[in-house]
Parts: sequence; C-alpha cells; structure tokens
Amino acid sequence: MPLSAAFVQQCRVLLGNRQVISDPESLRVYECDALSAYRQVPDLVVLPDSVAQVRALLKLCNQHSIPVVARGAGTGLSGGALPVSGGIVLGLSKMNRILAVDPLNCSATLQPGVRNLAISAAAKPYGLYYAPDPSSQIACSIGGNVAENAGGVHCLKYGLTVHNVLQIKLVTLEGRLLTLGGSGLDMPGYDLLALAIGSEGLLGVVVEITVRLLPLQPQTQVLLAAFASVEQAGAAVAALIADGLTPAGLELMDNAAIRATEAFVHAGYPVNAAAILLCELDGMPEQVAADSQRAIGILQHNAAVEIRTASDEPERRRFWAGRKSAFPAVGRIASDYYCMDGTIPRKQLACVLQRISAMAEACGLSVVNVFHAGDGNLHPLILYDARIRGDFEKAEVLGGQILELCVAVGGTITGEHGVGHEKLAQMCVQFQAAELAQFHRLKRAFDPFGLLNPGKAIPTLHRCAELGHLHVHHGQLPHPELERF
Amino acid sequence: MHDLDIGTQLQQQVLQAVETGGALRIVGGDSKAFYGGHCAAEAWLNTADHCGVIDYQPSEQVITARAGSRIADIAELLAGHRQMLGFEPPDYTGQATLGGTLACGFSGPRRPFAGSARDFMLGCKIINGRGQILNFGGRVMKNVAGFDVSRLMVGALGTTGVLLEASLRVLPVPETDLTLACACTEQQALSRMQQLSGQPWPLSGSAYDGEYLRIRLSGAETALTAVAKQLAGDADPAGDRFWHDLREQRIGFFQLPGTLWRISVAPATAPLDLVGRGLLDWGGALRWLNTDMPAAAIHAAAAAHGGHAICYRGEDKSDWLRLDSDLLGLQQNIRLAFDPLSVFNPGRLFS
Ligand SMILES: Cc1cc2nc3c(=O)[nH]c(=O)nc-3n(C[C@H](O)[C@H](O)[C@H](O)COP(=O)(O)OP(=O)(O)OC[C@H]3O[C@@H](n4cnc5c(N)ncnc54)[C@H](O)[C@@H]3O)c2cc1C
Repeated sequence: MPLSAAFVQQCRVLLGNRQVISDPESLRVYECDALSAYRQVPDLVVLPDSVAQVRALLKLCNQHSIPVVARGAGTGLSGGALPVSGGIVLGLSKMNRILAVDPLNCSATLQPGVRNLAISAAAKPYGLYYAPDPSSQIACSIGGNVAENAGGVHCLKYGLTVHNVLQIKLVTLEGRLLTLGGSGLDMPGYDLLALAIGSEGLLGVVVEITVRLLPLQPQTQVLLAAFASVEQAGAAVAALIADGLTPAGLELMDNAAIRATEAFVHAGYPVNAAAILLCELDGMPEQVAADSQRAIGILQHNAAVEIRTASDEPERRRFWAGRKSAFPAVGRIASDYYCMDGTIPRKQLACVLQRISAMAEACGLSVVNVFHAGDGNLHPLILYDARIRGDFEKAEVLGGQILELCVAVGGTITGEHGVGHEKLAQMCVQFQAAELAQFHRLKRAFDPFGLLNPGKAIPTLHRCAELGHLHVHHGQLPHPELERF
Repeated sequence: MHDLDIGTQLQQQVLQAVETGGALRIVGGDSKAFYGGHCAAEAWLNTADHCGVIDYQPSEQVITARAGSRIADIAELLAGHRQMLGFEPPDYTGQATLGGTLACGFSGPRRPFAGSARDFMLGCKIINGRGQILNFGGRVMKNVAGFDVSRLMVGALGTTGVLLEASLRVLPVPETDLTLACACTEQQALSRMQQLSGQPWPLSGSAYDGEYLRIRLSGAETALTAVAKQLAGDADPAGDRFWHDLREQRIGFFQLPGTLWRISVAPATAPLDLVGRGLLDWGGALRWLNTDMPAAAIHAAAAAHGGHAICYRGEDKSDWLRLDSDLLGLQQNIRLAFDPLSVFNPGRLFS
C-alpha cells in the first residue's frame, strides 16, 4: 500500500524537504544492502540528523502504523536493511559525529552513523583503539555493528561488538529514549544492552553508542603457515587453541582463495599449498616472542610444510594484504559471489570443508573458503553468475544446505552477518516452534505492533510451515547420519 | 562430579505451579539467598540435583553443564586442562552452582580484563514460565541467530526462566601471575588504576582495599619480569591468596557487619562523596561500600555519575535496586513475555 500523502507531508514538516527522499531515482540507492540479490525499492527514505528527529519520526510511524527499516551504511550481508513495501527506510548516515573520546575511562561516545574505522582513528592519539574490526570497517557504521553484533579478524581475542559496548541509547517505536547499560561495567535489572546488540533493528533504533577502547599493543607478529591439506590446517587450529594460545587473529584460506588473492595483490603466498593459516600474536614484546615460539612449535608438530615469520612491518602488512583483499580478489575471478556465514565447532572444520566442496561439486558450483578459523566462523564464498538464469537460485540452495550442515554438526547459521531477510528459512531449522514463538513474544515487549523491521530475523511459524518442504525430505532432516545437538 | 538429569521433573513441577497458580522459588546451592529483593514464593524448585557436565572439549574452549553443577567442580575439571572460568565467579565454599552464579551474574576481579559472566555465556536450555523447555544460543564462539536470550538470562535472577543447562566459553590459565602492591590513599589508587588501564600492560586484576593498591599481571614469565621492572610496587608473595579471597568475598572488608552496597560507575570517577568503608575493584569501576547511609543517598550518588547502586547485603531490601520508570515498564513486559503468570521468584528482581 502506498504511503499516504498526509504521512509524507508530516515527515517533510518534521525533517525539512532535504532530508526526505521520495524521487524514484534517489530511492534506488536504498533498494538493497550488500546482499544485492534481494532488492525492493523503498517508498520513502528519511534521513534524520538528531535524536529528537528520530523520536518524532518513530512516534509518527507508530501513529500511522508505518513499518520502519533502520539503515546504517548498507554493508549488511543478510538483507537486514532491505526495505519493506509500504514502509520507510530510516537512514542514520547524517548522524555521524564522534561525540566524545574519554581517554581516562577508555571510552568513546558516538552517533550511530560513525564509521567503524573512524573510531580507532579518533582514539589513536591517546594510544587507544576500538577492537571489533569487520572487514567492511572503512564503510560500515557503528549503529549497524551494534544491530548485527559484528565481529572481525580480532574478535577471537578481543571479543565481538557485544563485548566492547558499554552503553547504547535506543529509541522505541513510541518515541521513548532508553539508556541501556551505563558508565560502569554493568546495568541493574535485565541485561537489555546484551539483548539489543544483534537485534537487527527489530527492537528499536540505536541513536548513540558508548564503546570501550583498548590500549594499542606495543608489538604484533604474524606467522604464515602452509599446509598440504585442509585437514592438517584445521587440526593445527585446534592444536593452537588447545595449547592455551589465544592469537589476536587466526585465519584460514584454502587453495582457491590463495590463488585468487595472489593473482590480485601478489602477497607472495605459497600458491601450491592446500591451505594457509595466518596467525597474529600481540602484546608485550617478551610475550609475543614467547607465544611465537610456542606457536611455531605447534605448527611444525602439526605438519606445516612451511612457516614464515614477518620480519618487519611491511612484511606483516603483506601477509595480511591477501587476506584483506580476499573478497575483491574473488570478485575478479567470478562475476558474482554469495558469502555464507555459519559457525561450527573447530573440531569439525576439516569434515565440514570437505562436505561443502562435495555439495558444491554436486550442483556444479565452486566455493572459495577464507575465514575466521580461530572461532570456527566459516565464510564460504559461492561463485555464480547472475547473468545466467537460475544460477543465483542454485547458489541460494547450496548456501542453505551449507548452513543446515553447520547446524547439524552443532554450530549455527550465522556467526556475525545476521539472519536478516536471507536466513529466515534456516532459522526454522535451527529453532523449534516454541523458541521462535518466544522470540516473537520478546519482540512484542518492545514493539507490540511489529512495525520495526518486520519480516526480518525471526520467521513467523506460518512461514516455517510453508517452507517445511525444504528441510524435511521424504520425512528426513538433512544429514540424518549426523548426531543432533 | 555427580551426573543427574532431572530436567523433566523440574518441568513437571513448573507445569504444576502454572496449573495451580502457584509460585516457585528457584534454588541452587542456596549460597546467594542474601542477594536480591524479597522473594514472595514459598515452594522451592531445587535445581542443585540437576548436575553434571554434558560436553567439554578443551580444544573447543567451551563447556556445557547442567545448572546444578557446582562452580568448584567445574573449576577443578577445567584446571585439569589448564583452563578456567575467565570471569572468576565466587564459589562460596563450594556451594555455588552454575545456574545460581549465572542467574545472579556474579563476576570476580578479572572481569574488566577478561569479561563478565554474560560475556562468556554462549547458550542455554531453560524452562520458561509456560513450562516449555527451550534452547537458545549454542556451543560455538560466535552466534547471532535470534535474539540473545542466553545473555538476557544472566543477572535476571531466574525471573525469565529456570536455567537447565548453560554453555560457556572458557579461557586458558595464564602461564604465570604476578601481584604488585603499594600502599597509597584512595585518590592515589584511583589515579594509578586509571593510568594503568590506558596502557597495554597485561593486567588481570586491579583493586584497592583501603590500604594497598594491588595489581595482578598475567602472561609469560619473561614478559612479567620485564613489566615488573617498569611498574611501581613490590611483588606481593601473598598476591594469589588476596585475589582468591577477594573473589570469594572473604577478605576482612566483607566480614564487616552492616549494609553492603555495590556501586558500578565509570572507572575514573572521583571518590564518591559517601560515608562508610570502601573497597575498590575492577580498576575503579566497582566500588564496594559498607555504610548505614540511607538508600536514596547512595542511589543518587551513583546516578550522578551515570552509574548505579545495588544493596548487595543488608536487612532492608525495600530499595535495593532502582530502575527509571520507562526501563522498569519494559523490563516488566519482558518478564511477562517469558513468565506470564510470574511463577518464578516473584519479587526477587522487582515487584
Ligand atoms: C566486504 C564486506 C566485508 C564484511 N566483513 C564483515 C566482518 O568481517 N564481520 C562482520 O561482522 N560483518 C562483516 N560484513 C557485514 C557488515 O559490514 C556488518 O554487518 C555491519 O555491521 C553492517 O553495518 P551497516 O552500517 O552497513 O549496517 P546496514 O547494512 O545498514 O544494516 C544492518 C542491519 O542493522 C540495522 N541497523 C542499522 N543501523 C541501525 C541503527 N542505528 N539502529 C537499529 N538498527 C540498525 C538494519 O536495519 C539492518 O538490519 C561485511 C560486509 C562486506 C560488504
């Protein structure tokens, strides 16, 4: 249903014409997030520049029962910011000021549109930084990070967004401004801060964030280890962790990823290796020396065929260059790719990677693997060609199978990208009806009429029933041979 | 460790309470009965027998155990693999259970450096107030599928459901710990704590007991030797003991009679203008206060600094915790979303 002229007029009165977008050409900019396979041109986009405007807008939407989709930088990979028909997109890009950096309390207070990387840049003069570093950090917003509970290369040691936020201010649909968390390390009553983080814009609009800053570490070392098989690389990951090391980052790239990035940035990776591990260690110089030695021993013991140690900062950057450019590098070898995001117990790494490649082969697609091995967070990139009819649908089916495999081995369908629009079907696999119903009741405590990002993140039971045929094949769940957790 | 699954019995008891309109007081080791508001329920739902480790593989750094498992038993099991609960919860002379610890959300001295109880929470199985057994989260490090109900359970004092099982991330035990101590005033301690926290020292504890500022460093021996040379303070040979007693709330300060408050503020907050005896933990972010000042004055002092106060132990719990009215309304709605008939621990968190 199109928005009423009266409603649009009231938005213009609240924000002024320049912050209300309604011409078809400009609206297209907002039709999708970074998962561009799903598109929906919004009916209206509003760009408030203050908390007061956000409050007034939400109140207005509540009065008129208009759905609201919040949007940060639109780098999401699960269609979370996908517009919904008959609703508005509430973009937070104009609220992009760093409100305060407090070196005494090691914190920074930010508007939601501040870019992730800008936080560390502002903290640097004080010897501090913001730890969660999604690969999209030059573009993504801290509000979007909070909404997705974003992770990054360094979250194995330093935690996800939820571990690094002290307080947020959330506007409810009624226009109330709630402060969740506080200046200290906890809040009285329920931990609504933890609940709001990762809630994908379903509970409220985040209008201010106070993050914890950490001291920059004096030394960082990176090891690059090559393996003759992915199994060995997977076993080495488990061995490093079991030994008690907590690397700042522990990333795995398979042969396809090594070749693609090598052709792109010439990082000097061993192109014949079946897999490489990048292991970053940081801390006091003596600690780094001790940990590096330990890690090298473990890697050797686990059949690494080659181990390189970055001898200086340029070499360290070169080691990372390949990993960091992996997505664009894959973009060069395939016209399109579809990035998955399951997490599995580390011990299942080798087995799951093998199965993924077998499943891909069965449907005639290729998969490139480059991911956060340290915390078992897979990012299989499924290559496809959007110009070929039905190719994305094939990729979509394979993606779904991969996520269901993750659940079957005791993992989850999303480690950091969120459910959004994309993984609704797999939510029906991961959760039982009673659990989904509990999620819906929880949402209603914040949003009784279901106007905030409706249809995302938590599927309706009706939808799961409809999709049921996807998952129960001849009365069997996928991978019946595997034990259920 | 004992191994017993009484999940269905517990569920039956809940279903019965739901049917008869009764209320239940959820009890684990009963070590923290002093904590929280007055609970109006008489009938016990005893989770202590629901115990045992369900899954623990050191290379995954995740443990899944039933709620009645003793913290002390879990700690012992982990220690055998040189791992630990990173949030250092108190075990109250072996009484504390996993479920009770998470429901209260208690974390010890390592909290600002390693994370809190909720930070380590990965997943759980609960019984909600409709008697349904539900699973949330999982057994892997990263999981953003669905709302984070597992973390919401931490600190909820059982009012959103009965914890049956929990999966927690665990940490490796550091190679060595070293404690440095120096005598100073509260003001000096606070500014020293603040200065240290902005620098990359391998801190794992930072507390002031009214006399001494103690900091604990953790890591490789070579690193700690190098760091100790650069920092003020003498090595405290009784350091390990101190941190253990602080974690267990056994040091002298906690033995004082009277009312004990726990005040959570930004770490660099100046000494609070309150009368009583104090102890600083968490690098200044946690301020314990033994005082007979009126509750209103303490809540006001904490709120003035953007923090909050909780009456931790005391006779009069009528004003033990404060929430502003918008937050209170929302929290009550959340409770009803999980426990529509207020079966669990009525009054324990809020009335
Ligand atoms: C190349 C690439 C690499 C990536 N690497 C990583 C990675 O390493 N780790 C990782 O975790 N993610 C990664 N991502 C995914 C993405 O960058 C993150 O999910 C990021 O947090 C999204 O932020 P955003 O500002 O772009 O949010 P958007 O895409 O605009 O929105 C994401 C969701 O958050 C909601 N939202 C946004 N702002 C608010 C707000 N203020 N209040 C309430 N809800 C809000 C939206 O409604 C939507 O549901 C990557 C993406 C790309 C394209």
